[in-house]
Amino acid sequence: MNTAEAYETNEFADSQTSEMLRVKDLHAFYGESHILHGVNFDVKRGELVTLLGRNGAGRSTTLKSIMNMVGRRTGSIVINGNETLRMKPHHIPRLGIGYCPEERGIFASLDVHENLLLPPTVRSGGMSLDEIYSMFPNLYERRKSQGTRLSGGEQQMLAMARILRTGARLLLLDEITEGLAPVIVQKLGEVLMQLKERGMTIVLVEQNFRFAAPLADRHFVMDHGQIVEEISAAQLPSRREHLNTMLGV
Amino acid sequence: MTMIFGVPLAVFMGQLTLGLVNGAFYALLSLGLAVIFGLLKIVNFAHGAQYMLGAFAALLGFRYLGINYWLALILVPLVVGGFGMLMERFLLRRIAHLDHLYGLLLTFGLALIFEGTLVNFFGVSGARYATPEVLQGGLNLGFMFLPTYRAWVLVAALAMCLFTWFMIERTRLGAYLRAGTENSELMQAFGVNVPLLITLTYGFGVALAAFAGVLAAPLYPVSPTMGSSLLIVVFAVVVIGGMGSIMGAILTGLGMGVIEGLTKVYYPEASNTVIFLVMILVLMLRPAGLFGKEA
Repeated sequence: MNTAEAYETNEFADSQTSEMLRVKDLHAFYGESHILHGVNFDVKRGELVTLLGRNGAGRSTTLKSIMNMVGRRTGSIVINGNETLRMKPHHIPRLGIGYCPEERGIFASLDVHENLLLPPTVRSGGMSLDEIYSMFPNLYERRKSQGTRLSGGEQQMLAMARILRTGARLLLLDEITEGLAPVIVQKLGEVLMQLKERGMTIVLVEQNFRFAAPLADRHFVMDHGQIVEEISAAQLPSRREHLNTMLGV
Repeated sequence: MTMIFGVPLAVFMGQLTLGLVNGAFYALLSLGLAVIFGLLKIVNFAHGAQYMLGAFAALLGFRYLGINYWLALILVPLVVGGFGMLMERFLLRRIAHLDHLYGLLLTFGLALIFEGTLVNFFGVSGARYATPEVLQGGLNLGFMFLPTYRAWVLVAALAMCLFTWFMIERTRLGAYLRAGTENSELMQAFGVNVPLLITLTYGFGVALAAFAGVLAAPLYPVSPTMGSSLLIVVFAVVVIGGMGSIMGAILTGLGMGVIEGLTKVYYPEASNTVIFLVMILVLMLRPAGLFGKEA
C-alpha cells in the first residue's frame, strides 16, 4: 500500500469510527516498578473526559504511556483505529495528538514565539498564529520574552497554545490548573470550552474537580494503577459526595 | 622602532596574529564539542582524532586522488562527518542509555584506534601539505608582515563559527537542537525524530572538527598525533567558557588563543600552561564557566 492510499484509509477510519482512543488492559513499568495494572477506558470523538484520582494513582503515567514515554508497556492502545503499542515515540503524535506535560515543558533557551512554533505540524487544520494570539493575547505581548521568564499562568497558556498550532485533534492535558490563580483557571476553562466547540477530543488529568466537573462528559476515577469507576456527567450530582471521599478532598 | 611594553611592535603583532589563529582553531573545536555534549551528553574524546582525520583526508585526497585544497575544504567535512554519523548510529547509540562515562571511554578508545592505525601506516613524523598557491606569501602592513594563509584561516574559521551560531540560534533546526538539549523526551512527544537529530548533530560536530583539520593541514605537520595534544587544550577552553552558549565557546576560544600568544611574548616559559592557569582560576571563581549557566 502506498502512502497516499494509507492516508486515505486513515481518513476513512477517521470518519467511520466514533472512537478516538481505546486503552485496553494497559500495564506500564518504570524499570522494575509496575505502575499501571490493566487500565481500560475509551474516549469518543469530540468528548472531554477526565482522569481523576489521588497523587500516585497512575493518571500521569497513563498519559505518558499513550505517548510511549515510559519504560515498557503491554496491552493495547488504539488511536484513531491505529494500534500504537509498537510505534516509535515520535510517530505517535503524528496520529494527531498534542501532549501537554504536567511540568509544562517550556524551553528556557527559546523565546515565547519560538516555543510556540516549535512542535512540528502533525495534521492540517491547526489553528493559525493569529487565532492563537487572539485566544491568548498575553502571549502576543510577551512573544519576545524568554520562555521561562513568563508567569506560571502564562507558561501554562503557552504549553497549551503550542499544541493547538499543530493540528492535533486529540489533546492529552496533564494537571493544567495546578498552582494557578483562580482567574487563570477560569480562563483555561473558557479555552477548553472553545476547543470542545471546535470538535477537539480532550483527556484531562485533573486534581481540581470543581474545574473539571462542568466541562467533562465523563469522568474516570483511577486508583492503584487501574480505572475503578466511570461516572457520566448526568450521574455526577448524585455521586459527588462519594467522589469527594474517594479523592480525599 | 615602536615598542609595546618593551617588545617591538612587529613581534607583538606577530604573536597576536598567531594567537588569534590558534584561537580560531580552539573556537571551532570547542564549538563542536559543546554542540555534541549539549544533545548527546557525552564528552567526545574522539574530537581530536576527527580533526586529525580531516587533515589526513585532505593530505591523502590530494596525494592519491588529486583533490585540491578548495574541494577538500568542502568534501572532507562531509566525508568525515558522514563517518561520524556512522559512529553514532552503530556504536554510540548502543550505549546511549548507559552512564555517559561509557561514551567518553568509547570515544577515547576509538581515538586511540584511529591514531594507532595511521601511525602504523604513516609513522609519527608528519607530512607537509602545500599551501594553495593564491594563499602563499603575505602582506606587508607596514608595522608587520601578515602571512596570507594565516589571515585566510582566521577569516574562514570565524565565518564557519558565525554560520554555526546562525544555524543554532536563528533557524528552526537550531531551535529543535536547543530544545532537544533541554528536554529531548518532550521533543519526541511533539513528533520530532530525536534519534535522527542526534545522529545529525554528532555528524555536524565531527564535520566542524574535520573542517578545522583541513584548515590546519598547510599550517602544521600532518601527523596522526596532531589532534591529541590539541584536544587537551580545547577541553580546558571548554571548561573555561562553560557549556551554555555558542557565542561563549567562540569568544573563549579566540580569547584563550590571544592570551596564549601574548604570554609567548612576555613570559614564554608559561605559554604552554597559561590556559590551564586560567582554567583553575575560572573553576575556583565561576565553576560553571564564564558563559555557562549556573546549575
